[in-house]
Amino acid sequence: MADTVVKTPKLDELEKGKWPSFVKEIKMAAKTSPMAQDLLGQLELSYEQKLGHWKHGGIVGVMGYGGGVIGRYSDMPDKFPNVSHFHTIRINQPSGWFYTSKALRTLCDIWEKHGSGLTNMHGSTGDIIFLGTSTPHLEPIFSELTKAGFDLGGSGSDVRTPSCCVGPARCEWACYDTLAMAYDLTMSFQDELHRPAFPYKFKFKMSGCPNDCVASIARSDMSIIGTWRDSIQIDKDAVAEYASRGMDIKADVVDNCPAKCMEWDGKELHIENSYCRRCMHCINVMPKALRPGKDRGATVLIGAKAPIIEGALLASVLYPFVKIEAPYQQIKDVVAKIWDVWCEEGKNRERIGEFIQRVGLGNFLDAIEVEPVAEMVAHPRENPYVFYEEYFEEDETAEEQK
Amino acid sequence: MAKTVDEIAEAMYNMIKEATGLKKLKATDLTKAIIELYGDEADKQLCKDAIKQLVNSGRCVYTYFGGSFIELPHREGAAND
Ligand code: SF4
Ligand code: SF4
Repeated sequence: MADTVVKTPKLDELEKGKWPSFVKEIKMAAKTSPMAQDLLGQLELSYEQKLGHWKHGGIVGVMGYGGGVIGRYSDMPDKFPNVSHFHTIRINQPSGWFYTSKALRTLCDIWEKHGSGLTNMHGSTGDIIFLGTSTPHLEPIFSELTKAGFDLGGSGSDVRTPSCCVGPARCEWACYDTLAMAYDLTMSFQDELHRPAFPYKFKFKMSGCPNDCVASIARSDMSIIGTWRDSIQIDKDAVAEYASRGMDIKADVVDNCPAKCMEWDGKELHIENSYCRRCMHCINVMPKALRPGKDRGATVLIGAKAPIIEGALLASVLYPFVKIEAPYQQIKDVVAKIWDVWCEEGKNRERIGEFIQRVGLGNFLDAIEVEPVAEMVAHPRENPYVFYEEYFEEDETAEEQK
Repeated sequence: MAKTVDEIAEAMYNMIKEATGLKKLKATDLTKAIIELYGDEADKQLCKDAIKQLVNSGRCVYTYFGGSFIELPHREGAAND
């Protein structure tokens, strides 16, 4: 194997330090991949000149699909011919990112045969990302992937590949089966995933509990976060054991409860569950003593996004509590209504959260036929921003009677 | 009488052809235009099927320029040979 011939003094700086370095990985790939070699050369030049050298091309894809391939070309194809085309492919990841080693080897074999060999496991969308191939390789890659049981993920103005936390497969806090729901939504919305028909992207992310390990509250248009509506389960003996082992339950648990709904008298822990905000703090600190309640489901939120065209938005509550059971009809029905209204009235590149801000939450709820409830608040137990018509009607009637 | 998928696909194809070089059309633009043109004789599902037919047959392609559009196949400006 030849050592990489490209000199990269600027990129070398990014290998220093204790953290993993993408430069180190590209250099490793460059020992066998000419594409990775030219990638290093072009990147080094970009760092030198403080100038990007990629052009984005919008037409590449596989037959029949409108998503899954992101076209990219070098603007210096003569100098770096091996990255003249450097398209990215998104591949629909399995729910919770569980693979057999055989499946991973299959993916790598396909990618070494048809692309740079560089992967990103996983991209911020959740997908498996293959970095760098040329247009003639797209159909062969697609055909080999589908033969191996994989499909492309979403990109563009479509449903993005639904993603979820590991949920009940590995985590005791899961309040519903995130993996089953991610799989079901992926299969139910195949058309919407592969054939972009929306004003802009639409992401589903599912977290099994309020720890929200997939950051759905900040990163998805529809966020489905596991929760419970009864009382936190307390194992009193285990609480006592934490105390006897030196945990400062008052300082570490009770005083950090955002709802201030816990009491510790030195012997017994009391939780006023009607005020609990289901934040998971106490459960995370005393996992052996506390557990989510038994009546479990999820809170459905809408409208988050990372900053792209406009600033970042956090999601707002749409349904405070729903039972999550296949075939998830309540959620699918409301999603159909949301898409209808958004496709009809949404502007080009307007995310659902921005759309809601533009038309107003009250009008949006009216259009999708969802009744406003008190839990639709900007912060728990404060700042209600829903327009309650009946209050105004009452006020008006009172005025008229004066 | 309801229009057929073939008829809607043909009408959409003509809209895309006429708009080429002037405006990129999205699936939502085409659906709205068809429903405006044919009223009760067309619906969203028929439009969806017509777009699928146009793309699966290769007469049209999806493109991405900030958002997703439906266009006639062409060589794009950014492409390197
Ligand atoms: S979000 Fe909750 S259920 Fe899911 S992995 Fe994280 S802690 Fe576990
Ligand atoms: S879950 Fe959060 S709000 Fe509820 S009792 Fe525990 S710390 Fe307090």
